[in-house]
Amino acid sequence: MAEVRAEMVANVWKVLVAEGDSVEDGDTLIILESMKMEIPVIAEDEGVIAQLKVAEGDVIQEGDLIAVIE
Amino acid sequence: MFESVLVANRGEIARRIIRTVQRMGLRAVAVYSEADADLPFVAEADEAVLLGPANPAQSYLDADKVLAAARESGAQAIHPGYGFFSENAAFARAVVDAGLVWIGPSPEAIERMGDKINARNLMEKAGVPVAAGTREPVTDLEQAVAAAAEIGYPVMVKTAGGGGGIGMGVARDEAGLAKAFDQASRAAARFGGTPAILLERYIERARHVEVQILGLTDGTVVALGERDCSVQRRHQKVVEETPSPGIGPELRERMLAAAVRAGEAVGYLGAGTVECLVDADKQDFVFLEMNTRLQVEHPVTELVTGIDLVEQQLRIAAGETVRLSAVPSGHAIEFRVYAEDPKRFFPGPGKIDVWEEPSGEGVRVDSGYAAGNTVTPFYDPLMAKLCVYAPTRAEALRRAREAVAGFRVEGPKNNLPFCAELLDRPEFVDGNYDTGLVSRMRA
Repeated sequence: MAEVRAEMVANVWKVLVAEGDSVEDGDTLIILESMKMEIPVIAEDEGVIAQLKVAEGDVIQEGDLIAVIE
Repeated sequence: MFESVLVANRGEIARRIIRTVQRMGLRAVAVYSEADADLPFVAEADEAVLLGPANPAQSYLDADKVLAAARESGAQAIHPGYGFFSENAAFARAVVDAGLVWIGPSPEAIERMGDKINARNLMEKAGVPVAAGTREPVTDLEQAVAAAAEIGYPVMVKTAGGGGGIGMGVARDEAGLAKAFDQASRAAARFGGTPAILLERYIERARHVEVQILGLTDGTVVALGERDCSVQRRHQKVVEETPSPGIGPELRERMLAAAVRAGEAVGYLGAGTVECLVDADKQDFVFLEMNTRLQVEHPVTELVTGIDLVEQQLRIAAGETVRLSAVPSGHAIEFRVYAEDPKRFFPGPGKIDVWEEPSGEGVRVDSGYAAGNTVTPFYDPLMAKLCVYAPTRAEALRRAREAVAGFRVEGPKNNLPFCAELLDRPEFVDGNYDTGLVSRMRA
């Protein structure tokens, strides 16, 4: 199981996966936006998205849980 | 001269403009979003009008709200700063239609230069050198592939309407082109620019050097020297200096003359910047684009010429006859202090616990924040501009090292450690660098 957490305060601009999706190492899960920059959040493990904690338009804080990959 | 100026911007540039407006004995009106209520520019203005929520579309980019603020506060002129409305011809027109003075070039000049394809073609006609590239908008990948084959790889792919490096990418082959084209198309759609793409021959190991111009009310255009902006990450500038260590007197003379021709070709009024790419080995240059506004990095020009560019903008907009003879002397360097981590340059907003600016001979800091403020994720990451001036480049570098070491910021992540690293990097110290410098430092 791998937790994906936010590295910075940001807005969730795009969510590219849903719970139950299979992802590979390196897949883009969501795209954050902060300070006029798009920051893709990448899966660092392969597996299935067990939990997805964010939706487009959310504001997330550094350390917030984005997803759990099992 | 008008008596009051509304500054339609935020952070360091709003504060910097307000300073000159007040020094000239005029009234400064600030506008701000809910997220910026505690920032120094709001407190320092003579009057401040709340526009709305943090989202720029509901505050700084809401034309009706900004114009209503001008009405409400009795402001007679609007200074747009950089970014936001600064290169928006429709807004400039709306300002004029509202009976206010627009502190910037005419809406027509903004339009002509805002479309990069049009600007390129116009410059070519005015005798300003341009890189091999497309003269018509490229709208699909097939056209792009054909154009790239004709121009020759590597090519730079960019949006005709965009700015600030957004959506720009270099393609070295057809596969790379597909990716770069897709990226530029998405950026064009997202930022509401024209969905047109421009391809240009990419110059490896180029320097990015720009010329500051001022279009005067009598129709003449003067060039106030150049700025070297080759220290970039993600096609965005981090450090700028003048004079450029990469160009000789002969090339400088040609570039300044071309910039004057460029300005005259569009009947340019006020402050503008002609951006060029320079091949330092060949001592040659091509036109890149023209920015029809005050640049972030204008302070380095002010430091070596003694001219307050914002004051000149105000005087020119008021229709005054301005006479300038600039003989730049000495050397100036600007460091953009960004709220970002110094390794990967990812945004690092946060609350500022400690903010201590350096000071001393030859040190100028234009900052937008103070201790206790919060750098939010809604706007660009620029917190301050640390500028140094000295009679020689070597002395300026020495002052820069001291000033960077003396700048204390705690809370948000910041790139001051990167600035210190750069000042120890032989390529930068020798002045023999190009736009690939930062990538090489992080390779």
